[in-house]
Amino acid sequence: MALTTQAAEPVGGAGGFLAGSAPQRARRRRLGLPPMTAKLAAGLIISGAILLFGLLGPFVVQDPTRVDDIGLTGPSSAHLMGTTQTGQDVLAQLAYATRGSLTIGAIVGVLTLLLSGFFGVVGAYAGGWVDEFFSLFTNIMLVIPGLPLVIVISSYVPDKSLLLVALVLSLTGWAGSARVLRGYTLSLRNRDYVLASRVAGEKRWRILAVEILPNLIPLLASQMVFAVIFAILGEAGLSYLGLGASGSISWGTMLYYAQNGLALRLGAWWWFVPPGLLLALFGAALSLINFSIDEIINPKLRNQTRAARRGWLMSRKQLETAKEATL
Amino acid sequence: MHLLRKVGFYVIALWAALTVNFIIPRLMPGDPVSLLIAKLGQRGPVTPEARASIEVLLGTDTDQPLLAQYVDYLGNLATGDLGLSVSYFPAPVTSIIGQTLPWTIGLIGLATVISFLLGIGLGTVAGWKRGSWLDNLIPVTTMFQSVPYFWLALILLFVFGSVWPVFPLNGGYDIYDTVPGWNAEFIGSVLYYGTLPALTIIISSVGGWMLGMRNMMVSTLSEDYLLTAEAKGLRPGRVMRTYAARNAILPSISGFAISLGFVVAGSIVTEAVFSYPGIGSALLQAVGSNDYALMQGIFLVITLSVLGANLLVDLLYSVIDPRTRART
Repeated sequence: MALTTQAAEPVGGAGGFLAGSAPQRARRRRLGLPPMTAKLAAGLIISGAILLFGLLGPFVVQDPTRVDDIGLTGPSSAHLMGTTQTGQDVLAQLAYATRGSLTIGAIVGVLTLLLSGFFGVVGAYAGGWVDEFFSLFTNIMLVIPGLPLVIVISSYVPDKSLLLVALVLSLTGWAGSARVLRGYTLSLRNRDYVLASRVAGEKRWRILAVEILPNLIPLLASQMVFAVIFAILGEAGLSYLGLGASGSISWGTMLYYAQNGLALRLGAWWWFVPPGLLLALFGAALSLINFSIDEIINPKLRNQTRAARRGWLMSRKQLETAKEATL
Repeated sequence: MHLLRKVGFYVIALWAALTVNFIIPRLMPGDPVSLLIAKLGQRGPVTPEARASIEVLLGTDTDQPLLAQYVDYLGNLATGDLGLSVSYFPAPVTSIIGQTLPWTIGLIGLATVISFLLGIGLGTVAGWKRGSWLDNLIPVTTMFQSVPYFWLALILLFVFGSVWPVFPLNGGYDIYDTVPGWNAEFIGSVLYYGTLPALTIIISSVGGWMLGMRNMMVSTLSEDYLLTAEAKGLRPGRVMRTYAARNAILPSISGFAISLGFVVAGSIVTEAVFSYPGIGSALLQAVGSNDYALMQGIFLVITLSVLGANLLVDLLYSVIDPRTRART
């Protein structure tokens, strides 16, 4: 029972203006979910819509690689978002590209979570030389620049699968969040309730899994969201440079072909704007979700706290009268 | 002691980077050495020394034990021998890096510093005046941050290069009318050609600094010593700068060190979009023409510069934050 109060404690007291009725709020709080604010709602709706588009879109649209002799045309009733210079339907490409990019994001998100969780949480909890070694390893991975490494590795392998690209991206991207997790775990493991459960004779793995991990969930969630953004942007950059997975369609490869097809010079905005816009929207939606998660981790960022603080500040007029009174 | 620990870490990191650079070509499928030497052979005669140096750098199928190869490799690096480049034959890799590195450091370094200072300044004010228009601007700048960098650059290039031609489309300076050197025309041309790339870097990265600084300001502002400072009747400007901002900036500075790695990574994409004659373009050129020696050399230099910059920031950090010195 002590566990539920611990997990719910940081959420308590944060009531957004969209929080709904009191019993509803209490239920969200009990489940450890962030309060439903406008930011969170917008983030969930946008990312959900893009997710649905990537999941269901490919079943509805035509074959994205089908070449047509109409060439580069703008949006019309036959092709809602126009065609590329070889007459491929942009909407169809976009649907498949969304699926490709999201797949990469999901794989890298999970892999990064596992790697950073292992090196960050386990290292910090174990302490001693394990921690020293893990943190040294993390810091080294952090200072070795990721994208050049990815470029060098991928240039040696001519035929890359989607999985290989995801693997390379997660190998170069886990270190940052491992460091964040380590810092937070270090502060958790020295809290009284952890010490108390140790004194009570709980096993080490049980303390880690039952006492510490639940309190890390908000942080893990926000780190995973970051990892997904990082992965999708990283893959897009790699594909844009022409080094992505071979034979895959993603937002990055669309931009690569648009750039090579002189879409910019020809003013074919319907070709290069949508993939970038979806990338940006998805990234922004995930950041909005992360804002809400951040407010759980850091209660000082919450609106309510800020409003309370603002009440303490004197207005300029009050300050002046106070000054006059002292003079 | 603290200093020693720091330097020790960077020595280990340097060793790790060198080793990664040593292992990658040997782990990868295919035989990069014979490919490279075949390519070099098409361009001109390959001296036995050049061949030997490439073999040492990239590994061969000879039955020499890995450890001996490793020692040879470190020895070659110590003398500054990075082999010959294929794509710029017969220039040695080191001279190509020497030519391209100043461009990258000039453009990316300056843009990053400007973006950092701007973001910190704006974030300080936004955190200080919570709820002001500047504070409400933050979601907009984070939106810019989630825009993929190269896409933003493409759009800006499209708008300011094609639609409304204010800035040149690509290149680092006017190659027809100016002569590289310390003359006014050349420097002016470099500044003119660098403005748009620098602008795209600043726009896409300033939001992150601003958000981080603003959040730290908000956290710091709820500390008791700030209430005390305000109660003492100190001027608001003084409270903001010397009491709040000075403490709130610390995470941003360590973040700055970490971001340097991403800066170099970003430079590759920037230079690809703007065909800027920096080290990123050289790396892409090397990748495009399977110029493994140049590629490894550039990766090494990028890693070294990131390590060096990190070390500098770390040393600076212990000057700014006395607590890190006291701990050991």
